[in-house]
Amino acid sequence: MSSSPTRPDPTHPDGSGRSGGGTFLGLPAVPPRSPYGTGNLRGDRAFPRAAREELGNEQLRRNLTRATHTIRGKRLAVTGELPDWERLREAGSAIKTDTMNRLPELLEELERKVTERGGTVHWARDGVEANEIVTRLVEATGSDEVIKVKSMATQEIGLNEHLESRGIAAHETDLAELIVQLAGDKPSHILVPAIHRNREEIRDIFRDRIPGVDPGLDAVPAHLAAAARAYLREKFMTVPVAVSGANFGIAETGTLSVVESEGNGRMCLTLPRTLITVMGIEKVLPRYRDLEVFLQLLPRSSTGERMNPYTSLWTGVTPGDGPEEFHLVLLDNGRTAALADRIGREALNCIRCSACLNVCPVYERTGGHAYGSTYPGPIGAVLTPQLAGMDAAKNDPNSSLPYASSLCGACFDACPVKIDIPSLLVELRHQHTEQAGTTAEKLAMKAAAAVMSRPQLFTAAQKAAAPARLVAGRDKVISRLPPPFDGWTDSRDLPAPPRQTFRSWMASEEGAAALRAAAEEGRRSRDGRGGRPDDGHDGKHDDDRPDGRHGDPHHGEEER
Amino acid sequence: MTATARETVLGRIRDALALADPREVTVERAYRTGRTLPDAQRLELLTDRLVDYKARVRVCTADRTARTVAEALSARGARRIGVPAGLDPEWLAAFDGEVLEDSAGIPAPRLGDLDGVVTASAVTCAETGTIFLDGSPDQGRRALSLVPDLHVCVVDLSSVVAGVPEAVARLVPERPTTLISGPSATSDIELERVEGVHGPRTLEVIVRTDA
Ligand code: SF4
Repeated sequence: MSSSPTRPDPTHPDGSGRSGGGTFLGLPAVPPRSPYGTGNLRGDRAFPRAAREELGNEQLRRNLTRATHTIRGKRLAVTGELPDWERLREAGSAIKTDTMNRLPELLEELERKVTERGGTVHWARDGVEANEIVTRLVEATGSDEVIKVKSMATQEIGLNEHLESRGIAAHETDLAELIVQLAGDKPSHILVPAIHRNREEIRDIFRDRIPGVDPGLDAVPAHLAAAARAYLREKFMTVPVAVSGANFGIAETGTLSVVESEGNGRMCLTLPRTLITVMGIEKVLPRYRDLEVFLQLLPRSSTGERMNPYTSLWTGVTPGDGPEEFHLVLLDNGRTAALADRIGREALNCIRCSACLNVCPVYERTGGHAYGSTYPGPIGAVLTPQLAGMDAAKNDPNSSLPYASSLCGACFDACPVKIDIPSLLVELRHQHTEQAGTTAEKLAMKAAAAVMSRPQLFTAAQKAAAPARLVAGRDKVISRLPPPFDGWTDSRDLPAPPRQTFRSWMASEEGAAALRAAAEEGRRSRDGRGGRPDDGHDGKHDDDRPDGRHGDPHHGEEER
Repeated sequence: MTATARETVLGRIRDALALADPREVTVERAYRTGRTLPDAQRLELLTDRLVDYKARVRVCTADRTARTVAEALSARGARRIGVPAGLDPEWLAAFDGEVLEDSAGIPAPRLGDLDGVVTASAVTCAETGTIFLDGSPDQGRRALSLVPDLHVCVVDLSSVVAGVPEAVARLVPERPTTLISGPSATSDIELERVEGVHGPRTLEVIVRTDA
């Protein structure tokens, strides 16, 4: 047992980093979001509309239900067999929080260690800059092709599209990513991005798009995988540059890590002459020893395996083994904006396991595309608005994301690092209503946010009318929302009209109470208290929260 | 003077932490560490996990290493194999096929022409069935154990530990380290598991009980 209390000195004894940090006369400045109109952190439709369109896709829904339920079952089995699972979650959560507290020193340490071991570290303020850095590095090698390991960070910044625009072909090597890329699709799930495609479609995609593939190729998964193996093997052997993401970067030793299943990661990390790794600044971990926690949490939560088939750990450059050149690109792109929010910053603790997607009733019905971002599901609903903002444009689709949840709490229970996603959603709803336009609109949104933040009230409202829920639960119908939300649902052809309108509910005793609470809360924040619209729940991870979320026998993963 | 991206990002982080106070936290490592299990239990656990991953497990004593390695290779029809330079030559005494000793100068496609590879291992975690290779002379560079389609891996029971923390504690961070838990696999097509995509499609593990 060891412990490391952390509380960084807020007076910043090291002034060197601050001088260029956008501060003015020593006052801290709010860091910028990911620049509007760049990368893949914003869809073109608000969530409810996108969700409604996706709901029409029966195959997507069937595949998703099967996938999420299968992985969920496996996850419960392998997390249940560890007697110390909860203690691992506690440790994982604490390590991540500690990391965020000490981010500057940890990143500097990581940089120093990687450099000592023969790597080169680059810093990117945003996705545009990261894309430029990677492109420049690839161009310097003389290659017009790169092989890629599945990476959410490079997807977030739209690296492939950028490389393409500069005449560099980026070959995805993860099977699902390859399917998505060949089909010109977008990924629909963090872990199994091509889950929206069935085997016959994949066979057709391969037959049409893989040069020289056997025209008699059938739809047996093993044969399809073999076809991908043959096609990619040639790339692995010949392309001299690889681009990867990283699951973890260890400050203490400069060690980077990629967790994978297929061996395409090992190929990319080992065979090319040059390796370029793009890592979000939040992926740093303090100590090598911390791997003992995350190598248990991640695979069990992600694929529901005791361990994933392959994990690679590398530190800089090793003569005679692997790439001769290693570049690490550290990416901000809105992460510091999230960090500036005491509650919102918790989303940066995410290790991208996708467990929260697999338990989310909303995700299960809409799929990943509806979220419009690289990050779908519950984590996407909290991370995307923080990285890219929710009001960067008129009718910003991202402003609907915090409402893409029924606050059932299943995601919180599943999360290996105990991110309280429901509370984060409530906070984002609060922030969004604070920014809303007219007084009438503001009041209505505020009332809605107040309602949604109180699970008992929210549940009562749902029972009464199912109005405030963007996606209805068991009946699989998106219900209508009151003004000003109706613009989001845009649903004149509702399959099942709500039994009671939101207006009539608002006129009820409960509605009146919610309005009063909203007004009271508004007064409090005007008084400078800046409270949150919930029941004094202050963002701590108390499992015995008083808000009734955990009292609902139907919440969580045991439901099905 | 314009700030570099490095200065800007570090400055933003410091600003962010100043704008929203850090939440004090203590990292409690209350999970299981430093576990030990008797030989028989570690062997049983490891075998169970490896079989679950569809790896083939052969158990022998050290004096039968050469014979068991030869059996594993011939069972898979391997005639041309690669070995790291530091592998104990005794292990191949019963193998009558062709042996290529690996070196950094051999291009990866040539490794692809091999039927298989034989390596030792650094440490193994029983609870997860995970073998750790760390690039030591008897394990070789990473490409060697990756490109050929068959990997015969020798694991000494004395290097098998109970859980992940016990295994991580034995690693040397600076060494390029690969964790292997069964052959490569994908579930990307309709969630149907397919064993063997890019890494070796066949993993043969030889556990030596007295080594
Ligand atoms: S929020 Fe938690 S459960 Fe969701 S992907 Fe991130 S780590 Fe996994």
